[in-house]
Amino acid sequence: MAQSVVVQVGQCGNQVGCRFWDLALREHAAVNKKGIYDEALSSFFRNIDTRSGGDGPDIYKGKICSLKARALLIDMEEGVVNEILQGPLRDVFDSKQLITDVSGSGNNWAVGHKVYGCQYRDDIVEKLRKNAEHCDCLQCFFIIHSMGGGTGSGLGTFVLNLLEDEFPEVYRFVTSVYPSGEDDVITSPYNSVLAMKELNEHADCVLPIENESLFDIVNKIHQMINSGKLGSTVKQNSLVTSSAGSAKSVQEKPFDAMNNIVANLLLNLTSSARFEGSLNMDLNEISMNLVPFPRLHYLVSSLTPLYTLADVNVPSRRLKPSLHFVSWNQEGWKTGLCSVPPVGHSHSLLALANNTCVKPTFIELKDRFMKLYKKKAHLHHYLHVDGMEQSCFSEAMSSLSDLIEEYNELDATKGGPRTDPSRLKIAV
Amino acid sequence: MSIVTVQLGQCGNQIGREVFNTICSDARGAHGLCSKKENESYHDTCKERFFFEEESEVPVARAVLVDMEPKVIGQTLSMAARSGCWKYDGHSHFCQKQGSGNNWANGYSVHGPRHKEAIMNLVQKEAEKCDRLSGFFTIMSMAGGTGSGLGAFVTQCLRDAFPTSFILNHVIWPYGTGEVIVQNYNSVLTLSHLYQSSDALLVHENDVIHKICAQLMNIKQISFRDVNQVIAHQLGSVFQPTYAGEGGLLYSRNPLGDLMETLVPHPEFKMLGLRNIPQMPENSLAYSTFTWPGLIKHLRQMLIANAKMEEGIDWQVRPPRLGSSIPSGCSTNKPLHFNTSIANLVILRGKDVHSVDLGSFWDPSLYTSWLNPQDAFHAWKTPRAFNKYEKSASLVSNSQFLLKPLDNVVGKAWNMFASKAYIHQYTKYGIEEEDFLDSFTALEQVISSYTIL
Repeated sequence: MAQSVVVQVGQCGNQVGCRFWDLALREHAAVNKKGIYDEALSSFFRNIDTRSGGDGPDIYKGKICSLKARALLIDMEEGVVNEILQGPLRDVFDSKQLITDVSGSGNNWAVGHKVYGCQYRDDIVEKLRKNAEHCDCLQCFFIIHSMGGGTGSGLGTFVLNLLEDEFPEVYRFVTSVYPSGEDDVITSPYNSVLAMKELNEHADCVLPIENESLFDIVNKIHQMINSGKLGSTVKQNSLVTSSAGSAKSVQEKPFDAMNNIVANLLLNLTSSARFEGSLNMDLNEISMNLVPFPRLHYLVSSLTPLYTLADVNVPSRRLKPSLHFVSWNQEGWKTGLCSVPPVGHSHSLLALANNTCVKPTFIELKDRFMKLYKKKAHLHHYLHVDGMEQSCFSEAMSSLSDLIEEYNELDATKGGPRTDPSRLKIAV
Repeated sequence: MSIVTVQLGQCGNQIGREVFNTICSDARGAHGLCSKKENESYHDTCKERFFFEEESEVPVARAVLVDMEPKVIGQTLSMAARSGCWKYDGHSHFCQKQGSGNNWANGYSVHGPRHKEAIMNLVQKEAEKCDRLSGFFTIMSMAGGTGSGLGAFVTQCLRDAFPTSFILNHVIWPYGTGEVIVQNYNSVLTLSHLYQSSDALLVHENDVIHKICAQLMNIKQISFRDVNQVIAHQLGSVFQPTYAGEGGLLYSRNPLGDLMETLVPHPEFKMLGLRNIPQMPENSLAYSTFTWPGLIKHLRQMLIANAKMEEGIDWQVRPPRLGSSIPSGCSTNKPLHFNTSIANLVILRGKDVHSVDLGSFWDPSLYTSWLNPQDAFHAWKTPRAFNKYEKSASLVSNSQFLLKPLDNVVGKAWNMFASKAYIHQYTKYGIEEEDFLDSFTALEQVISSYTIL
């Protein structure tokens, strides 16, 4: 079966990534009762023989000896990664698959991308190669990062570039966390827009996640739990809503619940590739079906159960009347069915949509960017960096504008009279 | 003579397993309602056709399993073995790790050439195990990437390697809404390519079978397994042994050859539809009785009115009256919705088949003007009941059954093609816009031919 490698960059990336590995382990533990290292596990984990101490050779079959995540952890300050390595997941990560530095990127995309990118390029390539060598069929890289900071945003997109150069055949799925309007990093619009250009050009598929939305979801769930309206809608001990029973026994930090949701998204996304079902959906099928034009590769995700359980039918037609599809894709549905539900649930439904609803997010981002850029606020921090010029900013801006324009064009076709193109005529 | 089945992609493998299951349990079943000798003859013919008899163990299906990712084949092999009645040859499968990503171009241009040798080796081995090879039966869906793309490539290879064998492609038409977004592109590319190398395309539509499950079989939560079992029953009703003519002493030897000969008189017309009645939940079988005249009447009206199942038939549709002054070949005098046939094959299984009157199917008004009913209509029978149905009647029809679905698929694909959506995913692997245009042209030709019947 195909393997995937997760590259987690920056504080956000590593925190979300950590949650993901925790959940993945629990999910596999619930399904894999016999402790055999099977195909499902091998998609995200290696099985290492540690009897001879340290890093032994991979065991491809048989009993689970020691599981190692197929992951590369990158952060330009040590705090987050150190915490992970001292925490309960320390044995899951290969000690050599880390790249850290001391001083951080100062919330500066240019520092992350140009300075650290340059500095650590060879190291990153070497470690990625090592990871790839341990896979007998590498299908996909997952990059997890945030857009608003310096490392995740700058170095994360540098890694994206690198992956395209070094592993052009492997899919690049990027989970990007977009900052909310009240983000405490003032320069987050600059970082986000500069990163967007890279995502436009080098990612196969982007799953944009807005911090604001995650925050809303978590609030709503807490409200429902506190108001006592439980029952069938919100499960207390599910993996989605709480980390009860997880590796962390300390009091939950504010981002934990939000990161949990993102981690669940990734789990669900890959479930059909890992487990069996009557209509399998592989990761390359996501890109094939949901990306009609190369640049329009932003997929909005929604997951249930968070509120209510939807009926998972073959095929899902109920939403159809209320959705506006483009004229050339009136039945633009791709369905996948996986037989293994998430832990604590009997069903779950993940919906990925390539929808022009991402447009407002991008427009807002553009506005916030322009507010700062017009005054040239904080620009000098960026322009100081070797390799950074004003043109980087204007290019990034026009990349974003072009993208918004493409979405605009699609929106414009809505509601107009539908004239199907005439068919080929055959001489009888 | 034996048939080698090639199961392609997830759909092909899932259906293939159900087909062998159905055939095996029918052959072993004690509900034959006929003489012991008859039953034995049936059993032996069926065995030779589909299974390779090993000395002591269970019969081994004559099949090659192909998929570009391992999960389904793994599941298929183990479920067959667990049945205890039959199994697959442990070596007769080929799979890869990564799947085709629903991309026809990936299946056809990348996986095809890359794995041609390995796959054809397996086919060759199965073919050599047959004393006499009747031909190949391939099972695939049109909507995905492997069954459709790699399936089209493999069919071509089969044609090149076995120029004198028959090839029947069993093609699954996807649900009209939402299995795979690019399903119309994949379907158009598949059909146009298959038309060149295959002898005939036997089609099952997911929407139709789904309705049968819902309305006739009373299944509440319909799964693909249910759908596949109905398909398997219908296929079994065609492929299990029958006598070709009246007073035949031996079961027909060459099922594929006979099928082609009777149903495909002209290479422009290769689309075959299948209907089978009655269909009902197993636990209702004991309480239902049918008469042959009733079944034949329903089947004929299903043919004329293009009904997909025995409920909701439009009895208003009548064949046109012949002998009018309007020249033949002009279809304007045909009433709307009337389904014109090129050739039909009716297969009857069960009690008192010898007494059945099929006169209504010889009516020349059912057929296109350039064939007379003696050549256009055939009937196969056996007194041996099939799959616990006391009486079962199937119709394999080369007619306008599939005209509308074909036109729909081509229309939708063309619409999408006009906006160039998703094309970059295909050109990435070497299928250019020109190839699309060729396929569209080929299919418009087929549509046109069927329309003016």
